[in-house]
Amino acid sequence: MTNKKQPQTPQRFSATFDEYTLAEIRRAASTGIYDIRGGGAKRKLPHFDDLLFLGASMSRYPLEGYRETCGTNVVLGNRHATKPLEIAIPITIAGMSFGSLSGQAKEALGRGANTAVTSTTTGDGGMTPEERKHSAMLVYQYLPSRYGMNPDDLRKADAIEIVVGQGAKPGGGGMLMGQKISDRVADMRTLPKGIDQRSACRHPDWTGPDDLEIKILELREITNWEKPIYVKVGGARPYYDTALAVKAGADVVVVDGMQGGTAATQDVFIEHVGQPTLACIRPAVQALQDLEMHRKVQLIISGGIRNGADVAKALALGADAVSIGTAALVALGDNHPQYEEEYQQLGTTAGAYDDWHLGQDPAGITTQEPELAARLDPVMAGRRLSNYLKVMTLEAQTIARACGKNHVHNLEPEDLVALTVEASAMAQVPLAGTNWVPGQHLPV
Amino acid sequence: MPSIDLQETGLRALNTTLQSVEQKDAAYTITNPMGAHAIACGLTHEINVTIEGHAGFYCAGMNQRANVTVKGHAGVGLAENMMSGTVRVTGNASQSAGATAHGGLLIIEGDASSRCGISMKGIDIVVGGSVGHMSGFMAQAGNLVICGDAGEALGDSIYEAVIYVQGTVESLGADCEEKPMDEEHIKSLTGLLALSGINAKAEAFKRYGSARTLYNFQPDNAGDY
Repeated sequence: MTNKKQPQTPQRFSATFDEYTLAEIRRAASTGIYDIRGGGAKRKLPHFDDLLFLGASMSRYPLEGYRETCGTNVVLGNRHATKPLEIAIPITIAGMSFGSLSGQAKEALGRGANTAVTSTTTGDGGMTPEERKHSAMLVYQYLPSRYGMNPDDLRKADAIEIVVGQGAKPGGGGMLMGQKISDRVADMRTLPKGIDQRSACRHPDWTGPDDLEIKILELREITNWEKPIYVKVGGARPYYDTALAVKAGADVVVVDGMQGGTAATQDVFIEHVGQPTLACIRPAVQALQDLEMHRKVQLIISGGIRNGADVAKALALGADAVSIGTAALVALGDNHPQYEEEYQQLGTTAGAYDDWHLGQDPAGITTQEPELAARLDPVMAGRRLSNYLKVMTLEAQTIARACGKNHVHNLEPEDLVALTVEASAMAQVPLAGTNWVPGQHLPV
Repeated sequence: MPSIDLQETGLRALNTTLQSVEQKDAAYTITNPMGAHAIACGLTHEINVTIEGHAGFYCAGMNQRANVTVKGHAGVGLAENMMSGTVRVTGNASQSAGATAHGGLLIIEGDASSRCGISMKGIDIVVGGSVGHMSGFMAQAGNLVICGDAGEALGDSIYEAVIYVQGTVESLGADCEEKPMDEEHIKSLTGLLALSGINAKAEAFKRYGSARTLYNFQPDNAGDY
């Protein structure tokens, strides 16, 4: 017998009960409350990175990068509206409320969008005079809560977006914690200061597409049939939701995948309800095509759009434009490492900060605290956003030209391949190196 | 008084006419409404509109300053999001009457269906008859007066709106409770009844409002949500 130590079975951590899961169980056991946070799904999902463009070759002529035109303009809402929106780039700014964002952040979004000649969008809580002033093209969200909703603002809007749902929480309402209900926010929402404000998950006066058709009629009658009317849905059943929105009379359909951000919702909702953006596009486009409404009713895709490649891929799959929220906030300065010390004090780190609902944002964006909000210079932040929008547009044009397209709308699924079986099935483009498209495209 | 036959004129032309009139107290009568939707919505001036017959969804929606009378019944979303003015229905109203409305006075001489006054934000609603379930759901501000009975879950998740009921209440919703009828409430209700032309005595009503226990989320209240 020797003293040699016998080999031991190495310590093995469970893949199911990993470190994060264990910590969440302990946190839940300790606090008795679920985690609430901002942002969209953080889990790894099939996404635009799983697609590649083929570019030009023997059978496709590319366009000269710095010489030949590649259009990026988009007309939104010309199905019924007498005054459709004409944006210069295929990227819009998604709905984010004054209340969840500071006034300075809303101003910066408007300034950046104006320079890029695109639209911004209000959010829950209504339209502030400041954001109307600073946004040349402003889409007015018509939400279940109808906080701050009034017909004067409706008429001041350039378009109306009826929000049925959003990607971070299809089927869920909103939440604005008491810390962010300042005097002004409370007044706009007709609520007592300091309470946790809940936004309804259902519209109070219509249920289903038949009712929605009448609601849209009313909105058009009140606004003289001038305003484009969007219907925004979360990525739940994109084929049927799109078809029903078209049936109800929408000029534009906005489909928001689960990577789309929210100001505040339960983490379990964000991570476990809804479909990835990539899985939503082709069914929505298919619905439009089946109704012979593709390019007649415009499709805006949102949820995790980060760069010009994402824009180009969304358009190639059939979208008319994309919308950005989280990325726009990052461009303004959200989660910037310059505030790392303060993020650490809040128990997080730059890049992971998502307690947007608590109103303590060191970057001064998701807050109503005057001292924090004053940190954001709306002029400089607006410039950063316009720079970012310009880069995204240039990137999308670069790809479109490489594929031989003189307008970004001429990109098509044939220009794409997928790197994974999942992405191939979702996007309905061949797996790279094959001519195989898994699955049969069915309404989802 | 100009009379407009809706079936001859069409909805767009009718609403364009009504929305463009600026002369104070101008009066219009709408004939043959035939239950059409969105009649007299989006009015902005102090004019008087009488609809001779039944109206469909969203009649007088988002009204500002105008006085609209429906001599008949009204469909879903009557006077939804009204800001000011007066809307009166001589018959019954369907679901969500006065939904999210910020101001003005809505009088329903008959009964109102479910969700009457849902998310109301300052409007005064007087119902001569009874209301259906979930009336006053998430009601934020204003007064909902029910001269008859109230259905299930009255005032569920109510904020600062005030509900008066003369008859019985089938059940109260989450965080809604009966409150004392003080002198100020008798006075306020008496005024609303007088404005509405409804013959009832304020002293016969009970008052309901928010218990305010759900204003800030508490895990221990989870069963109440």
